[in-house]
Amino acid sequence: MSWVTKTLSSSLGRKLIMALTGLFLILFLTGHVSGNMLLFKGDGGEAFNIYAKFMTTNPAVKLLSYLTYISVIGHVIYSIVLSQKNKSARPIGYAESKASTSSAWNSRNMGVLGTIILIFLVVHLQGFWAKMHWGEVPMVTYGEEEYKNLYLIVNEAFKQEWLVALYVISMGFLGFHLSHGFASAFQTLGLNHKKYTPAIQAIGKVYSILVPVLFAAMPLYIYFTS
Amino acid sequence: MKLTLKIWRQKNASDKGGFVTYPVDGVSKDMSFLEMLDVLNEQLTEKGEDPVHFDHDCREGICGMCSLYINGKPHGPLQTTTCQLHMRSFNDGETITIEPWRAKAFPVVKDLVVNRSAFDRIIQAGGYISVRTGGVPDANEIPIPKTIADLAMDAAQCIGCGACVAACKNASAMLFTSAKISQLALLPQGQVERKTRAEKMVAQMDAEGFGACTNTGACEAECPKGISITNIARMNREYFSAVVSSDNV
Amino acid sequence: MILDSKIPAGPLAEKWTKHKFTSKLVNPANKRKYDVIVVGTGLAGASAAASLAELGYNVKAFCFQDSPRRAHSIAAQGGINAAKNYQNDGDSVYRLFYDTIKGGDYRAREANVYRLAEVSVNIIDQCVAQGVPFAREYGGLLANRSFGGAQVSRTFYARGQTGQQLLLGAYSALSRQVAAGKVKLYPRTEMMDVVVIDGQAKGIVTRNLITGAVETHAAHAVLLCTGGYGNVFFLSTNAMGSNVTAAWRAHKRGAYFANPCFTQIHPTCIPVSGDHQSKLTLMSESLRNDGRVWVPRTQEIADKLRKGQIKANDIKDEDRDYFLERKYPSFGNLVPRDVASRNAKYVCDEGRGVNETGEAVFLDFRDAIKRDGRDVIEQKYGNLFDMYKQITGEDPYQVPMMIYPAVHYTMGGLWVDYNLMTTVPGLYALGEANFSDHGANRLGASALMQGLADGYFVIPYTLGDYLASIPPKKVEENHPEFEKAKADVKARIQKLLSINGSKTVDYFHKRLGKIMWNECGMARTEEGLKKAKADIQALKKEFWSDVKILGTNEELNQSLEKAHRVADFIELGELMVDDALNRNESCGGHFREEYQTPEGEALRDDENFAYVAAWKYMGEGVQEELNKEPLVFENVKLTQRSYK
Repeated sequence: MSWVTKTLSSSLGRKLIMALTGLFLILFLTGHVSGNMLLFKGDGGEAFNIYAKFMTTNPAVKLLSYLTYISVIGHVIYSIVLSQKNKSARPIGYAESKASTSSAWNSRNMGVLGTIILIFLVVHLQGFWAKMHWGEVPMVTYGEEEYKNLYLIVNEAFKQEWLVALYVISMGFLGFHLSHGFASAFQTLGLNHKKYTPAIQAIGKVYSILVPVLFAAMPLYIYFTS
Repeated sequence: MKLTLKIWRQKNASDKGGFVTYPVDGVSKDMSFLEMLDVLNEQLTEKGEDPVHFDHDCREGICGMCSLYINGKPHGPLQTTTCQLHMRSFNDGETITIEPWRAKAFPVVKDLVVNRSAFDRIIQAGGYISVRTGGVPDANEIPIPKTIADLAMDAAQCIGCGACVAACKNASAMLFTSAKISQLALLPQGQVERKTRAEKMVAQMDAEGFGACTNTGACEAECPKGISITNIARMNREYFSAVVSSDNV
Repeated sequence: MILDSKIPAGPLAEKWTKHKFTSKLVNPANKRKYDVIVVGTGLAGASAAASLAELGYNVKAFCFQDSPRRAHSIAAQGGINAAKNYQNDGDSVYRLFYDTIKGGDYRAREANVYRLAEVSVNIIDQCVAQGVPFAREYGGLLANRSFGGAQVSRTFYARGQTGQQLLLGAYSALSRQVAAGKVKLYPRTEMMDVVVIDGQAKGIVTRNLITGAVETHAAHAVLLCTGGYGNVFFLSTNAMGSNVTAAWRAHKRGAYFANPCFTQIHPTCIPVSGDHQSKLTLMSESLRNDGRVWVPRTQEIADKLRKGQIKANDIKDEDRDYFLERKYPSFGNLVPRDVASRNAKYVCDEGRGVNETGEAVFLDFRDAIKRDGRDVIEQKYGNLFDMYKQITGEDPYQVPMMIYPAVHYTMGGLWVDYNLMTTVPGLYALGEANFSDHGANRLGASALMQGLADGYFVIPYTLGDYLASIPPKKVEENHPEFEKAKADVKARIQKLLSINGSKTVDYFHKRLGKIMWNECGMARTEEGLKKAKADIQALKKEFWSDVKILGTNEELNQSLEKAHRVADFIELGELMVDDALNRNESCGGHFREEYQTPEGEALRDDENFAYVAAWKYMGEGVQEELNKEPLVFENVKLTQRSYK
């Protein structure tokens, strides 16, 4: 085994991958939420559709999107490997456990939260991303140029109550996942310092509330305004 | 006090084991938890039943030998060692569940006694500074800033009891391993072997079958010596910088 | 037999250097042909095993704990002395030597103590190089604190866990040699006997505590680093597993036992709270700097206190007897350990003890808190106060602490010569297991020093001298003596298991402890000692006919482990009583009430008792034979201590 594979298959190496992919996905979420804020613009979706085209055609964004796919896949695969390893480290469990007195629920259940988010992600991608790439999307023209009217698709989708509910609830889970994952990733990278860690933790908490709330506001906004 | 004890009994490593319930009477609040078990064992012996085996030695919270998982927590409700836990932390009539540490790397030897030699092997992998007896410089030739010496001491306080492993949902030994890596990485004496040490100790920790870290912080919260998880961050740093820069291919 | 201490000739300061030079050496290529057994992995054992393995010897290290890191050296709190003179306060090797000899009440060998002081400086260097995080000053250099019995600051420390840090340092050196394949570790293994062939120690018999397997191990030399025997008193500050078995079995195979009656009683321990008590916890001696020791003036008030009719804080000053301040106006609460202990016993014997059992005195911080404020006291003793509260449930900021003396250390042990060799050639004793350096009383922070001195800096030289004299031929385990010793051990196990009596092992241990504590503890009388001897003999009979040990040998059997140890403690107890009876004087930890000054202080008899009492085992039930090694003082003048 080369030193690279050896490192990446060590417990610390695996954690490193989880942290790096997690942090990249946090970056992705930041971009995603910022762009999608255009949904609130109230211009009938013009800015949003232009943005959507840019995001699917710009080569630099393309590269980033491939990194995002890799991160998602890496994050999922390594979490499965780690979970199994961790489970096997304690073949016989305790009859009684008061784990809640020494650690937070979400920190112990990142796998569960992640699985729920993954299921949501499949629904989400199938509804918008797959449609945008390969589905039939009505076109709209702004100025000289033609654009796919993704805004219309979004608007149609979020007229369904169940979907809105699914999105809002899923964002709750995402928030819990992030509220541990954000600071945890820095800890795994070894970035723990008494000057900076409190700030990282505070930013993590704000982030894990703000981003899911903004995301959840989008379907709600559309549902109640259209 | 009158108590009901639900204790894990297991004849030996290959026995399946199970819980047995024992009533104990006449427990005083001033007894330590282990003295309460002594009382039970005296009663069991008199009745001709095999006494409950558990590890203990110094009974003053420093040797790290006692290792009971009491009512769902390592070393019981307080952040101390089991031997420093007293019966006044419990209520009359209470049922107390006592289990051994649970981890693949800590197999049960008998009843509540587990084998923690995995910890010794982690230290053997590199938890030392290679100096031979004699032939060392004068102690004051190595000045160490007080803050650094204090941080190293914080980490060095680990008693190797294994409560971190017992508390961790992944049975991870990272707090233990990182405490030693930290102590030696902080000190100037530890610099020479710094990289190899981190690589070898982590490799041994993995080979022993401990889980990984999810940063839940349970280890720190349950550690009777209050070892901080900042040590785990430092270990990660040490390890990552070692693997990318060391000569060990 | 004439005891030859093998002290080198010449001036005190040159003895060790000269001895090192004249000692024979084993050539490096031959070292790997010698096997060495080290029993015990505390400071002495771990440091010896690591150092010998570094030299190239093949070492087997044994401990009864699950890991070498748990040996009871780990519990030492205060610190380790060394004559570094880093404080520029007038310390020197000679001063450390002098303080130690005087502190030991002139019952230790000058040459040994001088060597101890000499190598003390190397110990600190060694430990720092290993990464022991000693306390530092802001400039980055090592800090020191002062300790009892000395007028200089020479104690190095790592918070209140110096023993732990030193042990972990030695353990790390040991672990390095385990990884290098030079040391083979045998944890959870108890030494049951020494194998002596043609008068030389050639191996040991062990019992695997997990499987019960009785095994033999052959070697060219055997080192016993097995600590002290304070647990003969049942209640002591020792760990539950600390025992005399290895030393006692060696004694029965021919090693003389020296000064067994020299035990140290520490004055500031948390008192016994009831019959369930399994061990005693030490509170640092430093508490006596600010705490005032007192009991009620009369027995009536004490009675009321014990019945809970009044509280300590309700007792007016005129009804309090600050007995140490009253009796020793100049030293007050800071009298030495033995004096403080004895006086606490006296007032409790008068019925003025302050807890339910009547065996406790107050250590009161009320006045100190009033004078300095709670913050200052908290800074100085916060961790100790917390520990006290955790154990007793009482808050020492609000109510006075209760303390009582407890057995802490045993100065006596296997007799060794200057080379640390016992009277059995090839069998060595290091650390607390030997008798050599502390005389009749040990100074604080000197136990750690001695353990490491023996292991790191003495035995690597002196063992080579012995090994060079025997051929590097493998010791064969098929010698009939090995089989015989193994059979003896198995027979003893069988015997214990077959008694099937009605009383538990602890029952006997507690009874032995009571006899020893009452008659051979802080104050001893001829009458009491004679009674104790008879009681112990009766107890021994009862033990061997009525002890109840369940289970089998072929499993982890903690009752069986304890039974072996208690059986040996009973025999040792009798020898301690013999020794105390023989020593018709008071010195250090040995206080015979018949021999005291008019003021009630220890009265030494240098004319008749300036010797080491080394006892030879003569056979089952036969009175042991006393051998005397005269103590010659060429450098210090013997004086009487006074603390008035």
